Amino acid sequence: MGMTVGSGGSTSGAIRTHASRTRLIRGLLIALALSYVSILLLAPLAGIVWAAIKGGMDVVSETFARADVRHAFWLTGIITLVTVVTVTVLGMLTAWVLVRDDFPGKRFLNALVELPLAVSPVTVGLMAVLLFGTGGWFSDFFAARGIQIIFALPSMILVTIFISIPFVIREVGPVLEELGTNEEEAALTLGASPIQTFFRVTLPNVKWGLLYGMALSTARALGEIGAVLIVSGSIQGQTETATLYVFRALEERQEASGYVVALTLAAISILLLAAIETFKHRQSKEARS
Amino acid sequence: MRPAIRVNELGKRFGDFVAVEGVTFDVEEGKITALLGPSGSGKSTVLRMIAGLEDPSSGEILLAGEDQTHVSVQDRKVGFVFQHYALFRHMTVSQNIAFGLTVRKEPRNKRVKRVNELLELVHLGPFGDRFPDQLSGGQRQRVALARALAPQPKVLLLDEPFGALDARVRQDLRRWLDELHRELGITSVLVTHDQEEALELAHKVVVMHEGKVEQIGSSEAIYNEPATPFVASFVGAANVIRGLVIGGRVQFGEQQLDGAEHLNDGDAAHAFVRPHDVLVSMERADGSSSPAVVEALSNLGWTSKVRLTLPDGQALTAQVPNDKLEGVTEGKRVFVDLRNAKVFAPGGRAVEPSDELAAV
Repeated sequence: MGMTVGSGGSTSGAIRTHASRTRLIRGLLIALALSYVSILLLAPLAGIVWAAIKGGMDVVSETFARADVRHAFWLTGIITLVTVVTVTVLGMLTAWVLVRDDFPGKRFLNALVELPLAVSPVTVGLMAVLLFGTGGWFSDFFAARGIQIIFALPSMILVTIFISIPFVIREVGPVLEELGTNEEEAALTLGASPIQTFFRVTLPNVKWGLLYGMALSTARALGEIGAVLIVSGSIQGQTETATLYVFRALEERQEASGYVVALTLAAISILLLAAIETFKHRQSKEARS
Repeated sequence: MRPAIRVNELGKRFGDFVAVEGVTFDVEEGKITALLGPSGSGKSTVLRMIAGLEDPSSGEILLAGEDQTHVSVQDRKVGFVFQHYALFRHMTVSQNIAFGLTVRKEPRNKRVKRVNELLELVHLGPFGDRFPDQLSGGQRQRVALARALAPQPKVLLLDEPFGALDARVRQDLRRWLDELHRELGITSVLVTHDQEEALELAHKVVVMHEGKVEQIGSSEAIYNEPATPFVASFVGAANVIRGLVIGGRVQFGEQQLDGAEHLNDGDAAHAFVRPHDVLVSMERADGSSSPAVVEALSNLGWTSKVRLTLPDGQALTAQVPNDKLEGVTEGKRVFVDLRNAKVFAPGGRAVEPSDELAAV
């Protein structure tokens, strides 16, 4: 009798020790992940918010009243808009081809799509200079037609598109893959044209992946500096984007207005991602109820 | 009468792989025709070519007498039902059913009327506003059927429509489809690997194997008069007894079977005998009976499966109604009478018959 009680007690004790140790390890892991993300992401963000607003609202309004700041935002807006439209249309097309078609060199193309993530934007800028700058491969062609590429908007858009290519393709590809061809085939047998099929069946199904890819592309285009710095020449009031303005503001010891612009850029990206996350969540909840 | 669908010398290659070769058959107006075969036999590829979802490498397809071989999918006006439903998951049941009318720009009031008709037809009246993922498998397949019927197609093509459902739902849906077909009388082609489904629903069965047609005929003909060893073993269960041809009969061990008049003396022969054509009795009935030993007995409800060994060592399975067992038990010596044997020369395009049941 005593033996049974004793052995039973020690077994449950061992289980309890084991369970509490598991809980402890899990707690530590959660704490580690939380502090890793918050220290590396939230701390700098909090820092920039504080730096931007400590000078008071005057600095904010002063900053946005400046002609060079307004021009910088306008330029960033143009570049981002053209970039996002281009990478959305061509990215959707490329994802489609990569998922649905089989052709020699497909794996190579698949790997090539990742290239902009692997190459430093500075290198991308240099490549553009080599192609379009004085003595470059295409410089004579455009110079003869009076078109300025380097140190002008075209090259700035070009390098921004280059570095933003992967996002739409990488977000849409897996969704297309998962979707399969069944629904599209069903639409075709029901009399839909390929274009109707795309807009009524394919697009609604990849919508969230596409929006995510667009949001990531927007964030990337808004924040780009390395490649644009090299190809633009950063001419104040002409080829100076918002990020380039931040760069100059810090050099010229006008930190406060630099922080305001930087914070504005960060806020746009974060709001964009948060909005999509919310919509997506709401939609999936609607579909389930 | 002109056939609703004519498939003529149809072929399909994927690279070096020949998926379909020289397939020819007719589908009669208003009837259900089944394409029956194991997976990989090319039956689904044939159906997809009829729909226009796959381009034939050779041959032609005629719908209502008109060559449609190179007409695009959306202009063929066929209804297609997929194995995995393929419902539009971002649309409600009603929107799914209306899709074929919406893309053809049918006026709204006509659309609504037709959708309501079809919801009633497939017994899903109250489910119009649901999304596909809120329905059971059987309900989804009924929506898929309603959606395919909505634009009033000339023919209905069904690709393993019950393949993804469990046995009970499959039975119900099969009976329901049969009733629906009697009501609507729409020309239908049903692809299935389930011989019972084909025999029950189809007016005509096209048996396919390795991309070719093995036999075309009514359910009765396919089952009772198989043209090839493959059909004999694939459609319904069959024992395979190996022997030699002597004087137009198959000799195995000490015993003989009729039905080998078409083979030459001395040839090897495979005799296919259905389990229910094996009569088991405790006494020798007449000259054609062979002794056998009962190895095992298992009850299947109102019948029993009796596993036997013939004197020359070959295995044999009999299916016997329980009230005809008359004292047959494991280990007993009994007599078997083999009826309706179909004799074929071994080899050819047949699957290698196993000693056990070739198909169950």
